[in-house]
Amino acid sequence: MAETLRRTGLYDLHVERGARMVPFAGWDMPVQYPMGVMAEHLHTRARAGLFDVSHMGQVLVTPKDGRIETAALALESLIPADVLGLPEGRQRYGLFTNDAGGILDDLMFAHRGDHFLLVVNAACAEQDIAHLRTLSGVTVTPVTDRGLLALQGPEAEAVLARLVPGVAAMRFMDSQVHDWDGIALWISRSGYTGEDGFEISVPAERLEAFARALLDQPEVAPIGLGARDSLRLEAGMPLYGHDMDAGVTPAEAGLAWSIPRIRRPGGARAGGFPGAAQVLEAPGGTRRGLRPEGRAPIREGVALFDAAGRAIGTVSSGGFGPSVGGPVAMARIPADIPDGAVIEAELRGRRLPVTVCPLPFVTPSYKR
Amino acid sequence: MLKYTKDHEWLRAEGDEIVVGITRHASDQLGDVVFVELPEEGREVEAGEEIVVIESVKAASDIVAPVAGVITAVNGALADSPGDVNADPMAAWFFRIRPADAGAMDRFMDEDAYKALIG
Repeated sequence: MAETLRRTGLYDLHVERGARMVPFAGWDMPVQYPMGVMAEHLHTRARAGLFDVSHMGQVLVTPKDGRIETAALALESLIPADVLGLPEGRQRYGLFTNDAGGILDDLMFAHRGDHFLLVVNAACAEQDIAHLRTLSGVTVTPVTDRGLLALQGPEAEAVLARLVPGVAAMRFMDSQVHDWDGIALWISRSGYTGEDGFEISVPAERLEAFARALLDQPEVAPIGLGARDSLRLEAGMPLYGHDMDAGVTPAEAGLAWSIPRIRRPGGARAGGFPGAAQVLEAPGGTRRGLRPEGRAPIREGVALFDAAGRAIGTVSSGGFGPSVGGPVAMARIPADIPDGAVIEAELRGRRLPVTVCPLPFVTPSYKR
Repeated sequence: MLKYTKDHEWLRAEGDEIVVGITRHASDQLGDVVFVELPEEGREVEAGEEIVVIESVKAASDIVAPVAGVITAVNGALADSPGDVNADPMAAWFFRIRPADAGAMDRFMDEDAYKALIG
């Protein structure tokens, strides 16, 4: 199928930097640069990595009556999170659920005074926008004139503060607007690597200039989707379409923490979102970590067996963890199998021992 | 004598054996190699049989036996330092094979033909 791939505003810059471009969720994206996935991964953990995440959907949800509570309550009818209690200038993680309690997408939402800014997965953006447009009392506006960058790593703060001095005072999950060279950057202190860092929405006409300004800093290297995946895997973060989907509940995906007490049975605003009766059920087990013995990675789809030889599921994401220095994976594991248990993975016709462990594989270093 | 296969292996004749590795082009395409699984020494293999597994950070791929024969030695050092495949692919040999057919090398590409293949 000759589908035309969409390009972000940084396509030419990626090519100039020698990126290998691959199709991803309908976009032509850099999977790696000449540095290579392993070095890009380790660079992000040691210094600062710049990711083009402009393929992700940015969406504004604005109350028609001018009251932010209206938009918050509307969002709470789709998302089992405390949207109403989110202070201005803060961001939270949430999920769109379906009537069976499955996950339609995961997202970030930020309270920006008179509206909410949502960031959703590229592959789900169209569906999410249609879903949001079922809400009454709010205007749903896809942001089509901005790109999105992520600057991640222990030196991200020093780098970004050199260009945008105000960001050093931001804490994890703060969401603020800052000026750079006369343009408004929408900055949140968050990311998808387990490292401290920022996600920065930039007007399209200055996206490349701002990206170049960051890449000119000696700490910064451009990082592709390959390392983005290994970084989030080590950080124990699930990837939509792999570790969770419409048939997986938040509890099964290990995301019950994103559903606060106030939205649970007995809470002041309990329920009122799709699948409320099922979201905390985990009949399929819960997402946990796997450490294979030896060096061979076990990847998505590899079959798993308990000590008695019973099939218990498949790996939902897996690969080599450059910071861990060995293979790491995630899968939904039945509750009766404790952490520390040794199970088996079937790889190329052989059963290999794999230890079940809690997530994450590397400890996050957020600035709280 | 150095020859190349369409599967991006290099073959070096040494006595009555052939030493087998992968080309720079192949190792660049694979990305960082993190795991190598080698065949047993003494194993008799068919031409085209998948006998080496290479796992990179991105994916698993196979190396096939370029000719029928017997595996006479494997490079066990790759188990501990699979990154050698990226660092110096022409030195990071995988196995030695004694071909069943003594003229086996003749049918493979020389360097010019291989360079034309990869463009």
